[in-house]
Amino acid sequence: MQCREPEDLRVALADATCRAMRDAVITLPPDVKRAIEKATAAETSAVAWGEYGNIAQNILAAERLRVPLCQDTGIPVVYLTLPPSVSCSQALFEAVADGIRRATEEIPLRPNVVDPLTRHNSGDNTGAGMPAIHVRPGDRFTVTVLPKGAGAENVSRVVMLLPSQKEKIEEVVVETMLIAGGRPCPPVVLGVGIGGTFDGVTALAKEALLQPIDQMTAFEKQLCDAVNRLGIGPMGLGGSTTALAVKVKTAACHTASLPVAVNVQCWANRHATVEVKW
Amino acid sequence: MVTGTVVQIHTPIGDEILALEAGDRVELSGIVYTARDEAHLRMQKEGIPFDPKGAVIYHCGPVIKDKTIVAAGPTTSARMNTLSGFLFDQGARALIGKGGMGSTVKEQLRGRGVYFAFTGGCAALAASHMTLKGVHFPDLGMAEAVWVIELDRLPLVVGIDSAGNDLFSAVQENAKKIFCREQKTECV
Repeated sequence: MQCREPEDLRVALADATCRAMRDAVITLPPDVKRAIEKATAAETSAVAWGEYGNIAQNILAAERLRVPLCQDTGIPVVYLTLPPSVSCSQALFEAVADGIRRATEEIPLRPNVVDPLTRHNSGDNTGAGMPAIHVRPGDRFTVTVLPKGAGAENVSRVVMLLPSQKEKIEEVVVETMLIAGGRPCPPVVLGVGIGGTFDGVTALAKEALLQPIDQMTAFEKQLCDAVNRLGIGPMGLGGSTTALAVKVKTAACHTASLPVAVNVQCWANRHATVEVKW
Repeated sequence: MVTGTVVQIHTPIGDEILALEAGDRVELSGIVYTARDEAHLRMQKEGIPFDPKGAVIYHCGPVIKDKTIVAAGPTTSARMNTLSGFLFDQGARALIGKGGMGSTVKEQLRGRGVYFAFTGGCAALAASHMTLKGVHFPDLGMAEAVWVIELDRLPLVVGIDSAGNDLFSAVQENAKKIFCREQKTECV
């Protein structure tokens, strides 16, 4: 068996992170494209058609020119799955940051990461706790990136419901979209976390955005239909689709709690996964 | 609104803007200036670094590489709801952004100008209609600087017109009615 040095791993993971980021910001996943096409076909408002026309042209332009779909190339959220042969170490975190710095320079990405109080921009999309890296065990060594734009992130919410308020989950989801209006670039995808803890439920909501959006459970469909009855439509200009999909992820919670989080995602539900080979 | 017709508008803008109605489709050509939160604050303090007469402000923080616009879609305009009045007072006639703006801006636009909506996320499409001409306040960084951009027929829709018609607030009021009815919650 070939002897593999820790340095090889760092280079391989940085490469994979940069490649995943390039894929994510330029090309939408096929399930997202299908959902947008379906929403376009179902639309009846002339103004909304204009918006879908721009969206379709933009998806093609980004792929043809190999440039980002959106100038808000997001804040870097990264998920690593580690097989038993790869141990979790500081080197992995540094490798991901290397990959993000390279992606920022090469693709390029807009430098979005700033100090929360001084607002000083690091210029390379890294900083304290950034990229946000989530590590979990798996069979294969993969890196998934979810570059998250601020327009949609800013209107996301977490609500600590009471155990007796299960029927209010739909209200929380629909109200989140009512408050958001056109600001998060609808038609949105809503990631809904239910259960866990105050902090954990928001992570669930974000992870829900990684699931295929062209299939929904009966509960997800019920939430999605309720959101779509608001009629907010593409960009808040009115139309029949306000949410392309609602995806739910749950975790066990305290018997006295019912945490609910809604992570709002714009129509460009960007994410990509690359296997790390080393 | 006449369905299917697209009005051609060139900057600097004059009184022709007053004839536009909410829902009209427009293609805009000529110089526009990007500005987000930080640029508005700087301009309020230090003055507007370009001729504001007939000017169009684009709520945008582009991606620029090697003096070329790579991606330049709109940012959420509502963040500038309380920051925009001085621009109209000094002669600006239009804003471009996404998501709409509050009632204060609607009143500031009355009899003076319009708010154009450009499709959020459509940065590659936008860049293909643009040429970079210059920059003000480069120290604010790529996202927050004032970039001078020449547009070639950028496809827009009139979101708020100079008579106070607002597509966004009409949609939002309807959405609120539906929410109150369906979720049986107490609504003001």
